[in-house]
Amino acid sequence: MDRLGYLLRLARQDSRRHRGKLFMFMSSITLGIMALVAINSFNYNLVKDIDEQTKTILGADIQVEGKKPLTPLLTEIMDSLPAEQALQVEFFSMAFMPKKDATQFSKIRAVEGDFPFYGELVTQPKGAKDTYQAANTLLVDDAMMFEYELEVGDSMKLGELTLPIGGRLMNSVGSISLGASFAPTVYIDKSLLEKTGLVQTGSIVEYKYFYKTPEDFDREAWDNSAARMQHFHAEDFRVTTIEDQKRNLGQAFSFLNSFLNLVALVALLLGCIGVASSVFIYIRSKMSAIAMLRCIGMTGRQAFLVYFIQIFVLGFIGVVIGTILGSGIQMVLPLLLKDMLPYEVDLSISWNAIFQGLGIGSLVTCLFALVPLLSVRKVSPLKTLRAGYEDEASPRDPLKILVYVAIVLSLFIFLRTLTGEWRSAGIFTAGLLVAFMVLYGFAGLSILIKKFLPRNWGFVWRHGLANLYRPNNQTNTLIVSIGLGTAILTLLYIVQGLILSNVNSMDAGNQPNMILYGIETHQKDKIAMMTEKATLPVIQQVPIVTMRLESWKGRSKKDWLQDTTSRVERWVVHREARVTYRDSLEFDETLVEGTYTGKINPGDTVFISLDRGWAASLDVGMGDELVWNVQGTLIPTYVGSLRDIEFRSMRTRFFILFPEGVLEEAPQFHVLVTKSPSKEVMADYRRDVVKAFPNVSVVDLGSILTTLNDIISKISYVIKFMAGFSILTGLIVLISSLLLSKFQRVKESVLLRTIGAKRSHILKINATEYALLGSLAAATGILIAIIGSYFIATQQLDLEFSLSWWPIVGIFFLIVSLTVFIGLFNTRDILNRSPLEVLRSESA
Amino acid sequence: MIDSILTLNKIGKSYVSGDRNLEVLKDISYDIPRGQSVSIVGPSGSGKTTLLGLCAGLDRPSTGEIRLCDADIGPMSENAKAELRNKYVGFVFQNFQLIPSLTALENVMIPLELLGDKAASTISKELLDRVGLADRMDHYPTQLSGGEQQRVSIARAFSNRPQILFADEPTGNLDEDTGEKIERLLFDLNRELQTTLVIVTHDLELAAKTDRMIRLKGGRIQLDELNQNG
Repeated sequence: MDRLGYLLRLARQDSRRHRGKLFMFMSSITLGIMALVAINSFNYNLVKDIDEQTKTILGADIQVEGKKPLTPLLTEIMDSLPAEQALQVEFFSMAFMPKKDATQFSKIRAVEGDFPFYGELVTQPKGAKDTYQAANTLLVDDAMMFEYELEVGDSMKLGELTLPIGGRLMNSVGSISLGASFAPTVYIDKSLLEKTGLVQTGSIVEYKYFYKTPEDFDREAWDNSAARMQHFHAEDFRVTTIEDQKRNLGQAFSFLNSFLNLVALVALLLGCIGVASSVFIYIRSKMSAIAMLRCIGMTGRQAFLVYFIQIFVLGFIGVVIGTILGSGIQMVLPLLLKDMLPYEVDLSISWNAIFQGLGIGSLVTCLFALVPLLSVRKVSPLKTLRAGYEDEASPRDPLKILVYVAIVLSLFIFLRTLTGEWRSAGIFTAGLLVAFMVLYGFAGLSILIKKFLPRNWGFVWRHGLANLYRPNNQTNTLIVSIGLGTAILTLLYIVQGLILSNVNSMDAGNQPNMILYGIETHQKDKIAMMTEKATLPVIQQVPIVTMRLESWKGRSKKDWLQDTTSRVERWVVHREARVTYRDSLEFDETLVEGTYTGKINPGDTVFISLDRGWAASLDVGMGDELVWNVQGTLIPTYVGSLRDIEFRSMRTRFFILFPEGVLEEAPQFHVLVTKSPSKEVMADYRRDVVKAFPNVSVVDLGSILTTLNDIISKISYVIKFMAGFSILTGLIVLISSLLLSKFQRVKESVLLRTIGAKRSHILKINATEYALLGSLAAATGILIAIIGSYFIATQQLDLEFSLSWWPIVGIFFLIVSLTVFIGLFNTRDILNRSPLEVLRSESA
Repeated sequence: MIDSILTLNKIGKSYVSGDRNLEVLKDISYDIPRGQSVSIVGPSGSGKTTLLGLCAGLDRPSTGEIRLCDADIGPMSENAKAELRNKYVGFVFQNFQLIPSLTALENVMIPLELLGDKAASTISKELLDRVGLADRMDHYPTQLSGGEQQRVSIARAFSNRPQILFADEPTGNLDEDTGEKIERLLFDLNRELQTTLVIVTHDLELAAKTDRMIRLKGGRIQLDELNQNG
């Protein structure tokens, strides 16, 4: 027994004069835990709500979705289900509003049956949702009605059919999609669909069949019948049960989850570095007391316990405060993220997150505090006789090595639970270690500056620089924490800038901004003429033929799908291919293999050209055979060339390109790409086109870009908010380090002032020191960010990498100024008071 | 046969400084009987403080053997030596070495608390009263003068009734008057409690007041003699 009672008391007594300073130590871990708990609480609530709200998001128990109506065999399968049924036919089309003489690209949902089964459409008037089908009226998105100043009772023309509006649609059933933002929803009864004339051959239409099964029906068992599902897959139908939907939603949000968790992890790690550095400085200041205690008979273990208790109790208080603040902060996150969520996330206290925060917080505080604390055991009592006595170099402390191993291991395990994969956890752990090592490496390299600084540089410069290497100065720790914060912030700026500039480049200069699709062959020339008459350029006019893969490389699609060893990606197989034909390649296409055959004669072998990535996804190469099913006719083709396509231009692009002379007679529709100089011209042109050709849809690319911009800036706002945690933690480490090493600074400054240094000298020396510190940290952080963003942009996001230097220079100066400001602010009283007065008050 | 409390046998201590071997103490041997007061004197760099550190088990000799309070401290672990010091040894330092965050009373209580002595508070109060600080018990070190701090330090050194007390320049940081008072206190308590006293000092006047004086020069014992009053 180590007389625990006394050690506890001594720990309390010994800490009482330093609690103010130790508060700073607490605040770094408080911030880290605050971020962790806030994010975890939010995540737990998100997952809980996914479980609770899936039914209302899907609207049914089972959904079967395809690009065509169910085949007789599938209808038979589904009819055997003991379930209530509904059908929703979905497609994009133009809606014309006679009252305003305006058109709007919209999402049309034609409903048959009493859908949704779960959740409900909210309409104004309330009863409209129940009567719109029988009354042959429309439900129209509230925002759209507001924009065009429409009222219930006004009419709207869909294709050939004009109908009154029966109600305002206040919500949306079904998961949120980007489309909802630029193509508002219009509900119509399915029986009226044919009269609109909007669904024709080649139209892109989704058929969604919904089923409400009895409570005791075993959906999973039904869904898991491989033989049954094969029939659906063979016809390219997708079956989704509530359970699938839960998994899908979970996966969709796992990225957001992982990202937020990573931000929390970085904030937590910086907090931990803060703990380690503060404890290190604190213990240094306690060396003589520890030596004295050892001298009069305290064992190393007892001395260690005295300080461990102090740090643990204070750390735990910090963790508790962080947990409380984090639970409060989580209330803000849904506000920041609400536009990205398919439903409202309930805000409730998550005990899971709280206990996790307390557990993880206590563990990391212990582990990181142990690194400097373990040295207490080895403090020599000889320090009482000789203050400058350095502990003899001893072989590496095995306990310390154990602590380092435990830190890396717990980081790895934490990342494993975060990512769910051993490999990703390993890569992240290694990545973080490398980032730390780079920062420490640069901190170490900075000693070269001192070595090679010309001797004739001024007194202020030399002193400022020398201060960086003052014992206990924590230069390395500060460079790591401030540098890491800078790295995250800069990385976010660069990546966000890259995404935005890539998106904006689509809208710039002479890029097209309007696409007309669904044009039938006989309408093609008339619309081209109409376009030219409106003095708009016909930038592209291409035919599109839809087809499906029947077999390739001598094996049928079914064969490929059953082969579990094949590397074929399913999306390529299932997706209906939209193909065009022309005699040459366009400027945004580069041939990488083979030659392009632009035109063939009847009976010739058909050589097609494929996008290189698409070919790889299908596991085909040069010369391989692909057989296509074009509306019932099988067309064998061979890969004659591979292309790379520039995807950043706003034009139509095709993975599969046929030569002329094959598809001319196949059912097809056409797309026309043009550019309008202004919104007004676009609106007039759109109205004229839709009036003359109700089946043609006109898409305003500008509004899609605006929506994209909106979403990206919202995401980046959230990211910046979270990165703020990291930066703040870094600065708190700086403040605590300055406070804890203040006495030493005071003594040096007093000495300088005693021997004649002016106030301005001290100010300049201090400013130089902090400016150097900030510059080193910021420059290293920015370097890491540039390298990191290069890899993220080119490897992950497939973006063209470029840097705009001004914001980066801005970040650099911001970090340096903040460091200098905080540094000088914390040492201001050294300058403003008399040396003796400062020395007396500090030593007290 | 003399009843020795401290025996040094052929003690040597050397440090490696760069590629040089620095021999600080050479062939030091002596016996200190219980109850004796001894001063170790010598010029700066003669090895006085190193010798004190070795005698108290704060450092390990490079060669030779030390017996303190009937124990061979050579093979003892650091913790065992700490326990030995806690039970039998007291210290007074030139710079007092009080813990700034503890009050005078709490500082004096430390050795007794470590021993688990239930009467720690009572004994410490008595001792503080004995050194004339009954009214300053709850003051922190920074609220006390140098002389008062050294008196707290002496009270702490005697709190565990040590068999041997080591003092390193106990009056070195004090003015003449205060120094004299501290000396008197030290010797009075030494006599009262029958403690062996080992003082390292520059001050020959102080050294002359002890029973025996050991003079070091260049790391060797130059002189080891009983004083007139010894």
